[in-house]
Amino acid sequence: MSEPLVFHFDIDGEDFISAGQASIQIKKNLRRLGLSPETIRRVSIAMYEGEINMVIHAKGGEADVKVYEDRIEIILADKGPGIKNIDEAMQEGFSTASDTIRSLGFGAGMGLPNMKRYSDSMDIDTTVGVGTTVTMVIKIQ
Amino acid sequence: MKVKDLKELLDAEVFCCEDNLERQVDSACGCDLMSDVLAYVKDQGALLTGLVNPQVVRTAVMMDMICIVFVRSKEPTEDIVALARDNGIVVLNTSKRLYEACGILYSNGLTGKATKS
Ligand SMILES: Nc1ncnc2c1ncn2[C@@H]1O[C@H](COP(=O)(O)OP(=O)(O)O)[C@@H](O)[C@H]1O
Ligand SMILES: [Mg+2]
Repeated sequence: MSEPLVFHFDIDGEDFISAGQASIQIKKNLRRLGLSPETIRRVSIAMYEGEINMVIHAKGGEADVKVYEDRIEIILADKGPGIKNIDEAMQEGFSTASDTIRSLGFGAGMGLPNMKRYSDSMDIDTTVGVGTTVTMVIKIQ
Repeated sequence: MKVKDLKELLDAEVFCCEDNLERQVDSACGCDLMSDVLAYVKDQGALLTGLVNPQVVRTAVMMDMICIVFVRSKEPTEDIVALARDNGIVVLNTSKRLYEACGILYSNGLTGKATKS
């Protein structure tokens, strides 16, 4: 099996305003690779919501995007507070985000459901007090 | 309609990417909640919003949109315009309110549903 092409990003958790830069970059990189607009859109939306989550809930983290022949893996790892109850977090509308974040257009509790909607599979590995790693796989179409 | 028709109907000011005024938009959405745009929008070319921050531009980029209309005379900051320019997205600003701006466009044939989907 051939080695994947890997893009790595450190996600700065300091400010919400710059959150999403890595996802914009990924979109550009995938366009250059000539993937279909639909695949690019799914990857970039899923990653964007995940990137926003790392910034607003976990003070930043690291993102790796691995491009294989048949699929793209997005791995978002943070050392934030972890998620207490994954089932609850996955519900549309559930959010612990602040009013400030809400006034900026996010924090409506749609992020994790969106990430699931746009990926073919999503796995959340989380430990309270240690951190969260979200892995999403999107098939290349 | 073309982006330039939308601009005229809303009596809007253009901040960047004039080159794209000839591009076609077939549908639009009006929303202040970016996660909702990311969840439900499909192939809508224009985003009308009262929210002014860089995440609006990033959301539009993610959704492959063509233009953003900031309503109620809200001026986009230079960093917002720069980000939009870099991504080829037309930024407009109108004095009309969100409801009114959407109504004008809708009654002139710009629906909420994308023709290609
Ligand atoms: N990386 C993360 N670290 C810690 N908690 C998280 C993380 N991602 C999501 N959560 C928790 O799951 C909830 C739901 O996430 P999401 O669906 O993206 O909604 P929102 O970000 O709008 O709150 C968040 O409010 C937060 O409590
Ligand atoms: Mg979220």
